[in-house]
Amino acid sequence: MTISDLATLEGFKWATEKTQDWEIQDAYTGDLLSDVMGNAPSDSVLVTIQAHKNTIAVASLAGIHALVICNNRSVPDDMKEAAQEEEIAIFTTKDTQFQASCKIAKALGRLDENRN
Amino acid sequence: MQEIPINTYNSPNVILELIYRLKIKDVMTTNMVTATKDTTLREIQQILRKERVTGLPIVLGKRLIGIVSMDDIIQALDKGYIEEKAQDHMTRNLIVLEDDMPISFAISYFDRFSFHRFPVLNKYKELVGMITSRDITSTLLVEINREIEELERRNQNATNLSAEMSGEIHTYSILKHDFENAGYASTEIKKRLKSAGIAPQIIRRAAIASYELEMNLVVHSDGGELIAEYTPQMLQITAKDSGPGISDVEAAMTAGWSTASEWIRSLGFGAGMGLPNVKSVSDGFAIESTLNGTTVVCSIILHPNQEET
Repeated sequence: MTISDLATLEGFKWATEKTQDWEIQDAYTGDLLSDVMGNAPSDSVLVTIQAHKNTIAVASLAGIHALVICNNRSVPDDMKEAAQEEEIAIFTTKDTQFQASCKIAKALGRLDENRN
Repeated sequence: MQEIPINTYNSPNVILELIYRLKIKDVMTTNMVTATKDTTLREIQQILRKERVTGLPIVLGKRLIGIVSMDDIIQALDKGYIEEKAQDHMTRNLIVLEDDMPISFAISYFDRFSFHRFPVLNKYKELVGMITSRDITSTLLVEINREIEELERRNQNATNLSAEMSGEIHTYSILKHDFENAGYASTEIKKRLKSAGIAPQIIRRAAIASYELEMNLVVHSDGGELIAEYTPQMLQITAKDSGPGISDVEAAMTAGWSTASEWIRSLGFGAGMGLPNVKSVSDGFAIESTLNGTTVVCSIILHPNQEET
């Protein structure tokens, strides 16, 4: 899927201007930035509650193209600016990390992957 | 001397790959002239001269039944039976190769037997070609040339780009609790490696190491420096601070151990994964800490595949 597919998921709202429509191949959920840095796959979307600028640095280094900030947390302006500069999309949602992850897993066609 | 002086088990990898990848059917001669058991040795002599070959397969349909070589013809001239038929004098005890075998087989056959050519059969035991050592050496030369060209091109690329970086040293000052600029040094290092064409998985390891070290300086130190040094083969990252030092280095190297405050943790740092992460992605790692400060040095090999080959 792509960034614009993410934007169509129920309750996901753009927090940044539209970015380049990157291809999203995978996703990662986590709030510990060290863990995200070490384990998140590249070309992915990150589901997190860490709404601050350092998350953008981690995303950029790890090759993450989009963030979904959960639990209705607000995104500070310096984070939006950093995201804009690094061409990373930010979405906000009322969902918990679990709910948001489920929607993304469905959109990625990954819900069945543990069933065999 | 060996017919084809190539060692089939401890030559350079490139050569071994070649002689196992190339099949006998890739190098053999397929448009060969044959004779039957009723052809006279005199006629065969004329064919050998006309075709400029040194041996002729004798066939029954598609089946190989013998070979008449130049040596057999000389014998016939000497002993006076040159007008007789092939079937009475041909060599019947034949050593053959199969078209699906790698040419390493042919090379060791030429080494082991004193024949100058081998008939090649397919899996239905039909004669499909002849192979001489010349067929092998000329194909090998072409293929070796191609491989060397490719190696030179790869080497050139790697050396050019690394040479361009080589000797560069970048020092980044890191201030205590400067979350505003945290990640800047790591991003710069990542960009530098990317523009030098380093493989993505190596860049990722360098990014993880430099980011963790950078954040350690921001979160735990009184301020310090992150130094990136580039050599043609290696990136060395040094994180140096002026205190307060790590009280228990061994504990700090344990995943999950952390001295970070609640505030730091709320930002997603201080999970106790930093130093273990750095060590796990680095090819070389050293840490030293006193009350006057901590120095961590890690290195990442930039072209690991090249080193192996």
